[in-house]
Amino acid sequence: METYYHPHDLTKFADMGKGNKELWEKFMAYYGAVFADGALTEREKALIALGVAHAVQCPYCIDAYTQTCLEKGSNVEEMTEASHVACAIRGGSSLVHGVQMRNVVDKLSM
Amino acid sequence: MGLTLLSRRDPLASADSQLAKLGATSACPPFGEKMARAGFSPLYATGITVFQINVGKFCNQTCRHCHVDAGPEREEKMTRETAELCIEALSRTDIPTVDITGGAPELNPNFRWLVEQARALDRHVMDRCNLSVLQLAPQSDLAAFLARNKVEVVASLPYFRSSQTDAQRGDGVFDKSIRGLRMLNELGYGQKGSDLILNLVQNPVGAYLPARQDAVETQFRRELLKHHEVVFNNLYTITNMPISRFLEFLIQSGNYEGYMERLANAFNPAAAAGVMCRYTLSVGWEGTLYDCDFNQMLELPLAHGAPRHIRDFDPALLHRRRIVTANHCYGCTAGAGSSCGGAVA
Repeated sequence: METYYHPHDLTKFADMGKGNKELWEKFMAYYGAVFADGALTEREKALIALGVAHAVQCPYCIDAYTQTCLEKGSNVEEMTEASHVACAIRGGSSLVHGVQMRNVVDKLSM
Repeated sequence: MGLTLLSRRDPLASADSQLAKLGATSACPPFGEKMARAGFSPLYATGITVFQINVGKFCNQTCRHCHVDAGPEREEKMTRETAELCIEALSRTDIPTVDITGGAPELNPNFRWLVEQARALDRHVMDRCNLSVLQLAPQSDLAAFLARNKVEVVASLPYFRSSQTDAQRGDGVFDKSIRGLRMLNELGYGQKGSDLILNLVQNPVGAYLPARQDAVETQFRRELLKHHEVVFNNLYTITNMPISRFLEFLIQSGNYEGYMERLANAFNPAAAAGVMCRYTLSVGWEGTLYDCDFNQMLELPLAHGAPRHIRDFDPALLHRRRIVTANHCYGCTAGAGSSCGGAVA
């Protein structure tokens, strides 16, 4: 195996149903309902998914939701901002842990 | 501005070469097989409600996705004699709509004559307009002519921002398109209560399917009004057909197989039932008859015993003709479907 990630493997996602059909079907029903138009539009949900895909650094999800965002009518400026939202939250979550570092420093220091 | 495949002597300028590429793909089963499994093989016309006339390949633009391979150096233009045959054929029917396309159809010397004759027969006339043509100096009275004849304008606009539109249609085309739309709005086109219809056609700027038509229409209506004070009636989404210059883009960008797979995976039987070839007759610039403008560009004329030239026009034989299909037809059956009138399912 040259690499753990192959683009074509994305098309095998449904094979996960072979191990447990019931759980797979429940997951897919839920997944479909999550991404349907609701209080948020399908387009807005796809942008959130793209941001989350960057945060969890899933190449399958980035591939799939980049295409989905384009097919829902989003443009590259909007998609770039979604990536920045993921970046800001990931970066912010590191930085906010600096408070713990400061707490330890305060406790140890004279 | 880019050059046409023909002027670059690219092999894809030939219909045979395109058909060979489309037939050789392993990304999807043959279209006929897919249709047979869905119960649509053979596919038959259900009548003719749209008489589409392609008056030639001459155009003032050279868009990257053009399925016609149109451009300023193309010389194919429908003659008056062929245009007269079209009107004569039309007069023997009650086909309600005449859809005039190209190239830039308005640049054919017989365009205005065709419009006036079709209107005199009391038919609804549509002009597939690239918008920039309205600003060419010799066409300064074109918008007023269209309004006077109550021609429905179907205008191409792939996106509401310049970067995407210009990437597909050429530098500066977005600004010209907005000026063209404003010119039409000033004449009453697209305005509430007006009988002058202005519809937009949007197709993806790349190797992906169009968004949901109603969602795109809402988005375009909001953005064009907010940033450009432009209004319109309806928006139609059209899938890019994997032929001609868009096929060239797909191959060069390494997207060809993936795009064909995407189209085939999105095959929708409801869209297949409503494909435009079932109610359209397409006439080529030299008078040859086709099931649609895409078959026309692939030089796939009517077959299975149907008349092949406008001079042999026979409504009885044409209304129930068998449709000619090939793998490019996946473009019309994917997702919500695609036609000259937008989504079909």
